[in-house]
Amino acid sequence: MSDGTRRRVVSLWFPRLASDRILRRHLIDGPFVLTLKQKNANRIYCLNADASRQGLHAGMSYADARAFCPKLQSRMAEPEQDKRFLHILRRWAMRYCPWVGLEGDDGLVLDITGSAHLYGSEHAMLSDMRVRLMRAGLSVQIGCADTRGAAWALAHHGEGVASGDMLAALKTLPVAALRIEDSVSVALQRLGLRHIGDLAQAPRAPLSRRFGPDLLLRLDQALGQQPEAITPQTEPPHYAVRMTLPEPIGLLADVMAGTERLLVQLCKKLKAQDVGARTLCMTLRRVDQGDQQAELRLARALRDPQRILPLFERGLAEVEAGFGIDQLRLEATQVESVPVQQISHVSDGGKDKLDDLISRLGTRIGLENIQRFLPADSHIPERSFIVAPAAYSDPAGGWVNTQPRPICLFPPEPIAAMGARPPARFRWRRMSLTTGRATGPERIIPEWWLEDDNWRSGLRDYWRIETMQGRRLWLFYTPQNPGWFVQGEFA
Amino acid sequence: MHNLDAFPPRNTRTHEVCGAGAYVFAFALAVRLAGPTIWVREHWEPQLINPTGFAGFVSPAELAICNTEKQTETLAVAEEALRSGAVSLVVMQVNKPIELTEGRRLQLAARDGKSTGLAIISEGMGSNAAETRWRCTPGFDPKDSTLQQWELIKNKSGTLGVWHVRWDTASRRFFVVSPTGK
Repeated sequence: MSDGTRRRVVSLWFPRLASDRILRRHLIDGPFVLTLKQKNANRIYCLNADASRQGLHAGMSYADARAFCPKLQSRMAEPEQDKRFLHILRRWAMRYCPWVGLEGDDGLVLDITGSAHLYGSEHAMLSDMRVRLMRAGLSVQIGCADTRGAAWALAHHGEGVASGDMLAALKTLPVAALRIEDSVSVALQRLGLRHIGDLAQAPRAPLSRRFGPDLLLRLDQALGQQPEAITPQTEPPHYAVRMTLPEPIGLLADVMAGTERLLVQLCKKLKAQDVGARTLCMTLRRVDQGDQQAELRLARALRDPQRILPLFERGLAEVEAGFGIDQLRLEATQVESVPVQQISHVSDGGKDKLDDLISRLGTRIGLENIQRFLPADSHIPERSFIVAPAAYSDPAGGWVNTQPRPICLFPPEPIAAMGARPPARFRWRRMSLTTGRATGPERIIPEWWLEDDNWRSGLRDYWRIETMQGRRLWLFYTPQNPGWFVQGEFA
Repeated sequence: MHNLDAFPPRNTRTHEVCGAGAYVFAFALAVRLAGPTIWVREHWEPQLINPTGFAGFVSPAELAICNTEKQTETLAVAEEALRSGAVSLVVMQVNKPIELTEGRRLQLAARDGKSTGLAIISEGMGSNAAETRWRCTPGFDPKDSTLQQWELIKNKSGTLGVWHVRWDTASRRFFVVSPTGK
């Protein structure tokens, strides 16, 4: 194989990724560990070099560690954040080659075939990586070889660069460097196969009978007899555009013109991914480096610049331009999928206009304050409907009532009356009322499966009272705690 | 039994209604104008319209509620909704009298958006800018329980009047009936 086409793989292993991430931010001297609750005990998740020197190791219980080392400093581990940090490193590693994949939770694998010469030589590239990572405060072990397996083995067990004969480079490494399970590596050592060289010379058939095909597959992958792919991660789509201006601007019309240009670009991106923006955030950087933001929340996902632009006007008008704005950045912070729809001659009944109105009112009073009613499955009058934000719900039908219900409800107002039958005359809201006709009772029993303070007084007998004065009221009597209340008014 | 000529009041204007039957008047207008309705109220008001109750008049799916902080916000929201033309009726519950400027702005917004506004006011808090003002009071009738008395107490372009009306469920509208004998 000629030198130009030989595959070259770099494996980066960050043995102290989690603790290095914290120590980059905070200056902590001396032994330091990150702890994580595993199996109901606080155990060491990651530790720095000082702590290792004190004899601590990962997986040790935190109480023991503190007994060994009273000066130990610790923090809670955040594996999710570490994962995110590794993704940041993956993006960073794209500076060396376009083919970068993740290797477990704490490593990266780079296919640098054909890109090493851009740094002069492979050696120059590797030392550039090492210098940059060290400057960033990350401890790293680098392995470089012709196969992914060999690069991993070199990174994890004594760094090094190998090319050509993989077996010669890996011969002296322990069998654990083959990415096999601990139990398998222990069993191999019991058989006397301590190094990869021993394993390669052993007869293959008994090994595969005893340990399954995985062991030999790993060996062949490391030695380059079996192929192994590197899966590069795709970049998640990024919905942000920006514009830097040579001269600062301050007029609303100018900012709107800039916004329009950005919106056109952004909507193109949204359209390519079949999504629409639900929340947009416009960041305006002023010449004095002050940032101002205008957020726009839409009542439905949109990707039409002509419809979004007028909705932005109110938010942008409130921005203080100061000495002028020289950078605009528009980001769709929340997106929703908007599938392509068939063009139809049937109009949608002005729904677009109504959604735009809701978005516009939402910028003034908040999108949650525009609500609509949805039916709910309950006999309790207050719970027979749900009030939901209009922007996040669809109108629903299916309003069934077997009994007439009042058109407005209010918290129960007590009235002075006695007995289970409706009073002939009563006073309510300083009005003296005479009962003309009483319809009822309709008994409603509280829902025992839901705790509700208003229904503590027990079951209710509802009466519809038509007064001689005209008002038609909804009264109820609580037999378990005798009392009369007015709760609503009929049409 | 015949139709009420003065109802619905003139489109593309803002009107006022007071009295105990004001909500019924608003729903009757919403069902007559047939289209999306926005109901603007202040968030602290204890009284809330009940969709299971008014579903007989207007479909709750056609109605959106806006909760505002104060009356200025109510009027601003109402103006914006009227001007947009996306809704056919904007109902606003107001607690303080509407000033002449504010009332005039609402009229202009209703004219631009070709929609109707209706302010639910307390007795005697009317604004001079309103096109018409109605007082609605429910009445007792031994045989029927939908009787209302609608009084037109202000009209900029017509005469005043008093009508006794009754809701007809089948045709979903109010009809004028002769007053019950006293």
